[in-house]
Amino acid sequence: MILSLSKDNIEVVREQDVVLLRNRVKEVAVKIKMGLLNQTKLITAASELVRNMLRYGNGGTCLIEVVSRGRDNGVRLTFSDQGPGIADIGQAMRDGFSTGKSLGLGLPGSKRLVNEFDIKSKVGEGTTVMILKWANG
Amino acid sequence: MSFNLAKLLEKQKKNILELWMKNQLSDEGLREDLISNEELRSQSEELVSSIVANLGKSDVSNLDDESWSPVIEILGGIAITRARQGFSPRETGRFVFSLKEALLEVLQKEITNDPALLFQESVKINKLMDNLSIVTFETFIKGREEVILRQTDEIAEISTPVIRVWDGILALPIIGTLDSQRTQIVMENLLQEIVETGSSIAILDISGVPAVDSLVAQHLIKTVSATRLMGAECIISGIRPEIAQTVVHLGIDLSSIITKASLASALAYAFKSLKLEVRKQSLNTNHRQHG
Amino acid sequence: MGNFLLVTIQVDLYDRLALNLEADLVQMVNKTGAKGVLIDISAVSIVDSFMGRIIGNIASMSKILDAETVVVGMQPAVAITLIELGLPLKGVQTALNVERGMDLLKTMIDESPIEDEQEYPEDDPFAQ
Repeated sequence: MILSLSKDNIEVVREQDVVLLRNRVKEVAVKIKMGLLNQTKLITAASELVRNMLRYGNGGTCLIEVVSRGRDNGVRLTFSDQGPGIADIGQAMRDGFSTGKSLGLGLPGSKRLVNEFDIKSKVGEGTTVMILKWANG
Repeated sequence: MSFNLAKLLEKQKKNILELWMKNQLSDEGLREDLISNEELRSQSEELVSSIVANLGKSDVSNLDDESWSPVIEILGGIAITRARQGFSPRETGRFVFSLKEALLEVLQKEITNDPALLFQESVKINKLMDNLSIVTFETFIKGREEVILRQTDEIAEISTPVIRVWDGILALPIIGTLDSQRTQIVMENLLQEIVETGSSIAILDISGVPAVDSLVAQHLIKTVSATRLMGAECIISGIRPEIAQTVVHLGIDLSSIITKASLASALAYAFKSLKLEVRKQSLNTNHRQHG
Repeated sequence: MGNFLLVTIQVDLYDRLALNLEADLVQMVNKTGAKGVLIDISAVSIVDSFMGRIIGNIASMSKILDAETVVVGMQPAVAITLIELGLPLKGVQTALNVERGMDLLKTMIDESPIEDEQEYPEDDPFAQ
């Protein structure tokens, strides 16, 4: 069972918020003694997802949580936007697919960088992406 | 009703302990090699006292109750120690079960004229001891898991030594299977060492890797690519013929990687690309000569 | 730095700054006629796909302007993360540090003295 120990909500509307969010995620990761490599992976994944949210979802919010499961601690990030949503998630999760002119690595790449990844989307309503990284995972 | 289970057991505490010790000592599975009789007795005594003392004041059916935590703590401590000492689950189980037998035996002797009461109290004892057994097992397994985790960490640490074979050349022999967790550690160690030594060539020797499937190959390619991003070159050596065969049969593309059959030829390649030369001393001179 | 440009990225760039860097750098390559560009990212702790693309762009654009780009000083955690992300930065040359990067640039542009370089820039094929 995964318990949530702390919660923090961050609004993301401008591109400057990307760096702000990265710093917040870093603070939390350092607090639970996550190693440098896992920190870097988590923050990079967060960076990809927050950019996606700005580019395709016109911004949104990111919920930063410290979670625990037994003796493991981790950071869970939930990105929610009210954008146009993704019609074909399977396609969006494939490497190199992009409707914009990016590299199309954002979603599949982020998934490879974290321990848990979940995406829900409804066309016309928005997209929610959840990632979780354990401190020693 | 005037019957008081706690009081009865308190009075019979000594008896219970003796019976229990007898049960334990007569058991064929007694591990005298792992625990001395004195230690066993003191462990047993501590546990009996705390259970009996608790019976009077706490709800027998609810182990979640705060008041049971001292008992659970003692039992947990014993279970964890046993897990670390290498007791088997059966041996650890016997420890608790033989206490139940002793308790029931005492109960049977004391309540002779009221079968209904005996039954009622036996059920209580049974339930309590079953719950305590569950706690014991949970803690025992947790103890074992801790042992395994610690060993895993130790293996991970000792199994990825980075060797400085020459100024600017690192070698990393990989022994055993390369899974994603291990690759992670290999990469971290290798790249860190590259930074610290300023080496420009790393040799990954896979002589000790039993088999290379597409997943292992992917891990190797990742390591090579990461090394390249750092600005160093990574050579894979120690490729046995069988491995070359499977790699081709599986259709794995290793063409982007420099591969060598042996560590020696990888080293020769490294020397060449660093413009170093190793030569045999000429035969007619006795003193050492560099070159 | 002679005919090389050295760019040190000190902070985590946000998007517009990174795009500005791309534009400025290409302008500088053109204006100075530099033959090599060194990008020092040793102080950068996060490179995501956006940042990776900017680096790739700078390399490709400089190449068209006849300059080589070498990225130096990438941190181990950044390198591993980029690989996991699926961004091996193909086509971008790398070196451990600025000094090695300079050496690499020198061999790439055939170690010719500056004067020679500028006299026959078109005929000079790349050594590697």
